[in-house]
Amino acid sequence: MATPVITPEAIAEAARPTALRARRRMSAGSVAAQVFMLAAAILWVTPVVFALYVSLRPEDETTRLGYVSIAHKLTFSNFTDAWSQSDMWRFFLNSVWITLPAVIVTLLLASAVAFVVSRLSFRFNIALLILFTAGNLLPQQVIITPLYRLYLQIHLPHALASSGLLYDSRLGLIVINVSFQLGFCVFVLSNYMKTIPTDIDEAALVDGASLFMRFWRIVLPLCRPALAALATLLTTWIYNDFFWAITLISTGNKRPITSALANLQGQFVSNQNMIAAAALMAAVPTLIVYILLQKQFIAGLALGSSKG
Amino acid sequence: MVSTTTDVRTPPAATKRRRRRRVRRLTRRDKVVVSLLLGIPLLLDVAFVWLPALGSVFLSFTKWTGVGGVHLKSCSEFQTLPGLPQPGCLNGVQNYTQAFGHYPDFWPAVRHNMLWLLVFIVIATPLGMLFAVLIDRGIRGSRIYQSVLFLPVMLSLALIGIIWELIYAPNLGLINTVIGRNGNTNLIDWLGNPRLNLWAVLAEATWRQSGYVMVLYLAGLKAVDPALKEAAVIDGANSWQTFWRVVFPVLRPINIVILVVTVIESLRAFDLVYITGKGNPVKGLELLSVAVTQNIVGETQRIGFGSTLGVVLLVISLVPISIFLYQVFRREER
Repeated sequence: MATPVITPEAIAEAARPTALRARRRMSAGSVAAQVFMLAAAILWVTPVVFALYVSLRPEDETTRLGYVSIAHKLTFSNFTDAWSQSDMWRFFLNSVWITLPAVIVTLLLASAVAFVVSRLSFRFNIALLILFTAGNLLPQQVIITPLYRLYLQIHLPHALASSGLLYDSRLGLIVINVSFQLGFCVFVLSNYMKTIPTDIDEAALVDGASLFMRFWRIVLPLCRPALAALATLLTTWIYNDFFWAITLISTGNKRPITSALANLQGQFVSNQNMIAAAALMAAVPTLIVYILLQKQFIAGLALGSSKG
Repeated sequence: MVSTTTDVRTPPAATKRRRRRRVRRLTRRDKVVVSLLLGIPLLLDVAFVWLPALGSVFLSFTKWTGVGGVHLKSCSEFQTLPGLPQPGCLNGVQNYTQAFGHYPDFWPAVRHNMLWLLVFIVIATPLGMLFAVLIDRGIRGSRIYQSVLFLPVMLSLALIGIIWELIYAPNLGLINTVIGRNGNTNLIDWLGNPRLNLWAVLAEATWRQSGYVMVLYLAGLKAVDPALKEAAVIDGANSWQTFWRVVFPVLRPINIVILVVTVIESLRAFDLVYITGKGNPVKGLELLSVAVTQNIVGETQRIGFGSTLGVVLLVISLVPISIFLYQVFRREER
């Protein structure tokens, strides 16, 4: 094998998919790789498994024995207590009422921009794309101070926001999540729409379809895979948002669950097991996405990074 | 199909002509639709992202506690009366001189942000790349590895901060118990000691970031033409050479994406530190993002000074943003 002579077999061997070849000879390299990955995987699950273990044990027991000890008793009481002693159901509902509208509106508005930018020829197409894309890349802290003042200036009828302002309202959180995530979605969707042949548009035009029809009935349905991937990403990101909710919501029980963890941390301060239980409960929706929609999530990230 | 007849012309002229025609084909109703489709999102983006971004720049030259409006007069023209809040006024570059010269958290924050970036570049990114390359080679169990290493990317940073507290807890935690430093006399306070806590939080951040880099890189690797690798192997390159000389250069676009993600994420770093400090500033964990927020959530709002710190972040972040935009839109400009 070490001889550099090129035989037909060597060429056939080289042309074989790398995966197959790697499996054939278990070289020292691949053993090392396997050991490395195994170690990394163990290291990576440890924090999550450890948190689950601690949250299943009573607080008085872990205080006595430390977290690293054999459990005498495993119980769900930390989970049930965290649920009943706080407004968790309310926080979850807040999350639902913020995440769902935000995701839907973001996708609708982003696909509208993407349609105009990628299917119609305007002089400002690229400038618009740059405006949206760059907006999404700014660190949130760049805009938070003026945004905070702006939110205090915008008055709303009490039917829309009990605070009477965009500040400290669910609507306010929806608005900023939509505005901020638009850029990424416009970027992804316009790249995606560019891959759809323009002949389809032309054909529809000949059939007398209006511009809106072409957008709504023809291009948008063809974007379904991209929309599904983006919906998965956005749901996770907006659900996981912490910064906007911490800075733009001041009333504790208006907060969505992720940022409410900061309140619970204070409320259950003497019981770290219960805080861990609450945090793990908050992760359930993202874990469902992780188990069922991991492919969609990764596809979304791939779409966002493939163009460039 | 009128357009097909014009297709005989030379391609550039034809596309130009067709483009012009397409715009003209819009009816008046279509034009209203276009302006709505474009207008609403544009309004949101401008009003809630770009206006505040520019507002930051303006406000950074003012002094404002948030009481009263901002007057376009120099602060020296206002008399300070004890007990009376001063309205907003123009303050020149004083916020900047204060930030660079007097604000005690500023340079530690800059240093910590730089360190954050450095750890992401030197540890998290290569680690994520290594994961991706090994998984892409089809190592046994690659699917399980991918899922496990990807898990932290799905979790919120708030949750990550909370579950890692169990690992770092001084008396009860995993690390101190394992290394035997959990007695009351020899405790290591991982998250409290200003010499250690940044590194402890960076371990949490790396735990998540390398999974993120891995996923982005895997997507890039899947798109690499396998024939390239095979050609390199036939030419006698070993796998190390194949990767660095053949695959890595092809991945340039994804490398730029990862660079941008890395820089922006290290400037945005906030959640972990907020959770670790339970909302209070922690010595050793000063960050620019945390400093910005402290000026608006506290009792005394310092809108002007907070904006100044925001502008510092803006200027730094414009570097990777410009690189990314240049890379992406360069080809389309032509």
